[in-house]
Amino acid sequence: MSTVNSTVTAGHAPASSALGTVANWITTTDHKKIGRLFVGASALWMLNIVGVGIALGIERIAPDTAIFNSNSVTQLFAMLRTGATFGVLLPLALGFGIAVVPTQVGSKSLSFARLAMFGFYAWLIGSGLVIGSIIANGGPSGGNAQMVDLYLMGVGVGVVGVIAASVSLLTTVLTSRQTGLSLLEIPMFSWSVFVAAISIVLTLPVLLGSLIYVAVDHHYGRLVFGGNEGIDMWLGWGFSQPQTFLYVIPAIGLLAELAPVAARIRQPLRGAMLVGVGLVSTAIFGSVTQTPHVFVWGGSLSDKLKSAIPYAWFNLLPVLGVVVVTLLALLAIQKGTTRLIAPLVPTFLGVGMIVVGMAGNAVQKIESAKLTGSVFEEAAVTYIAYGAMLCAWGAISYFGPALWGRKIPDASVIGIGALGLFATVLASAPYYFAKDQVAGVVSDFDYSGPQTLFNTVVSAGHVLMALCLLGAIATSIKSLSSGETVSADVWSDQ
Amino acid sequence: MSTTTSRALPSGARPAPRSSILVATSAVAAAGTMLMFGMLGMWFKFRDASPLRESARGKMIHDWLPSEIKVPEVATNTMAFTMVIACVMAQWAVYSTRRNDSSHATMALAVTAFIGIAAINAQVAVYMQMGMGLTDGPYQTMFYAVTGTMLALLVTGVAFSIVTMFRAVAGRLGDSSVMSAHALYWYFLTAVFVALWFVVYVQK
Repeated sequence: MSTVNSTVTAGHAPASSALGTVANWITTTDHKKIGRLFVGASALWMLNIVGVGIALGIERIAPDTAIFNSNSVTQLFAMLRTGATFGVLLPLALGFGIAVVPTQVGSKSLSFARLAMFGFYAWLIGSGLVIGSIIANGGPSGGNAQMVDLYLMGVGVGVVGVIAASVSLLTTVLTSRQTGLSLLEIPMFSWSVFVAAISIVLTLPVLLGSLIYVAVDHHYGRLVFGGNEGIDMWLGWGFSQPQTFLYVIPAIGLLAELAPVAARIRQPLRGAMLVGVGLVSTAIFGSVTQTPHVFVWGGSLSDKLKSAIPYAWFNLLPVLGVVVVTLLALLAIQKGTTRLIAPLVPTFLGVGMIVVGMAGNAVQKIESAKLTGSVFEEAAVTYIAYGAMLCAWGAISYFGPALWGRKIPDASVIGIGALGLFATVLASAPYYFAKDQVAGVVSDFDYSGPQTLFNTVVSAGHVLMALCLLGAIATSIKSLSSGETVSADVWSDQ
Repeated sequence: MSTTTSRALPSGARPAPRSSILVATSAVAAAGTMLMFGMLGMWFKFRDASPLRESARGKMIHDWLPSEIKVPEVATNTMAFTMVIACVMAQWAVYSTRRNDSSHATMALAVTAFIGIAAINAQVAVYMQMGMGLTDGPYQTMFYAVTGTMLALLVTGVAFSIVTMFRAVAGRLGDSSVMSAHALYWYFLTAVFVALWFVVYVQK
C-alpha cells in the first residue's frame, strides 16, 4: 500500500513540480526572473534577425536568381530593422537592468514588479504580433492591409510594455536605494540603466503618438500618412539612429563598470564618467524632432553654422559620450594593477563595434557623402545591434554568477567574444565600402566593387554570428545546469 | 562640547525618497506629456503644411479646419474649466488625507471621478455636435486620433480616482503619497488637456 502510494506520489511529483515551476515563472515578481525572461526572449529575436541577415546575404550573392519574391524581400528588411531594435536592443537593455539593478542599489525587490512583468508580457505579445504580421506580408510597405494593422498594433502594444518596464526600473533607482547610497554613488551599470530608462520614457511615447495617428489613418481612410508606404517615413526614426543610441546606453555603462573592476582601483574622474554616459542620452533630442539633422556644406558662413550646430548636437554629442567613457575606462586600466577579466573582452569589443556604428551614422548624415538611403545605413545598424549582442554576452558572463550562482568558463567567454567581433566586422564592413549601393534591395546591386565577394563575406559574417549565438546559448545553459559554483559572496571575484 | 561635536562622525546621507507611487506617477505623467505633445506637434506640422485661403474676415489662414465644421466652443470651454476644477478636488483629497478626514477625502475623490466622467461625456457630446466622419478628410482623422487618445487618458484618470476612493472608503489614509500621486495625475491630465484645448479647439 505504501509502495503504491509512494509510486503515485513519485509519479505525480515531477509533473506537479514542473507545473509549479512554470506557474512560478509566468507569475513571478522576482526581478531576476523577469530580467531573465526578457533576455531569454530576446535571444529568440537574435536568432531570428541573424537568420534574416543570412537569407538576405545569400539572396544578394546572385542577384540574377531570386530565392524570395519582391514582397518577401521587403518584409525581410522590415523584420531585420524592427527585430534589431524592438526585438534585441530594447529587451536586452531592460532585461539586464531589471535583473541586476535592484541588487546593485541594495533593494530586495523591483519597484512595481508586476508593472515590469506586465511590460514583459506586453512586449512579448507585441513581438508575436509583429513577427506574425511580417510573415503574412504586413510589415512596413506590406501588401496585406489587415496584417499591416496588426503590425502597427503589435508595435504599439510592445512599446507600451517597454515604457511600463522602464517606469518600474527608474522608480527602483530613485526610491529603493539603500539608505545612504546617493544617486551619484550607484554603480555605473545602474546609472546607465537609469539614464536609458529615462530616455525611453521620454522618447517612446512620441513614437506611440505617431503610431496612433498612422494606425488610425491606415485602418480607416489612408488619407494623411501615406498608408502602408508611409509607415517607415513616420515611424522609421524609432528603429534607426540616433534613437538606437539610447537603447545601447547600458552597454556603455557595462564597460564603465567593468574597467575599474579589472583595474582593481576606484574609477578615476568618476564624475566625468557619469557625464559621459549621460551625454549619450542627448540622442533624445535628435530622435523626438523626427528629422535627420543633415550637415550641408554650402551657402554663407551663417548657413553652414545653422547646419553644423544641430548636426553636431544631434549626431556627434552621443558619440562624444561613448568616447569619454572609453577613454576613462582605458585610463582606469592604465592606472590600476590590471588583470584580465573575461567579461571585459566581449564588452570592450562590443562597445568598439557600437562606436563604429555611431561614427558611421555621423558620416552618413553629411550630405556631401551621399550615403542616405544606401546600404551604409544597414551596416551601421548591424554594427550597433551586433555590438550590443557582444556586450550582452559580457553582461551574462559578468552578472551570471550573481543571477544563478554558477560561472561561465573564461575561455568560452573570450573565445565567443573574439569570434563575435570577427562576425560583426564581416557582416557589416563590406557595406561601409559598398556605399553607393541603394539600401533595401537585393537584385539591383550596382556599385563599383566586387559584388559577389562582398555579399558572400556579409553572409559568412551572419552565419558566424549565428554560430556565436548558438554557442553562447549552449554555454549559458550548460553553465546554468552544471557550471562551476561560485562562493557565497558572488561579487568576491570582482 | 564643541570638541565632542568636532569628533563626532558626520551625519549620514539623506535617505532615498520612499514614495514609489509618486515617482512612478511622475514618470507616467512625463510619458503621457511626451505622448500628447508629440501628437500636438504633428498636428502643428500638418496644419502648417495645409494651403492658405482667405478667411471671412479677409485674413489669410491655413485651410485646415473644413469650413463646414463648427467647433462647439461652449462645450469645449466648459470642459477645460471643469478639468481645472478636478485639480482642486484632487488637491482637496490630499488636504483631507493629511488631516485624516476620511469622509471629506472620499467625497473629494468621488467628485473628481464624477468630473472626469462629465468630461468624457462632454467629449462625446462634442463628437456628436461636430457630426463628422473619421474618414471625411485629414483634419477629421487627426482630430479623432488626438482627442481619442486624450479620452483614453481621461478614462485612466477616472479609474485611478475610483480605486483611490475605495481605498479611502476602506480607511486606508495612512499612505498619503497615493493621494498625492492621484492629484499629480490629475494635474498632468489638466495640463495636457488645456494644451489640446488651446491648439485644437481655440486656435483650430
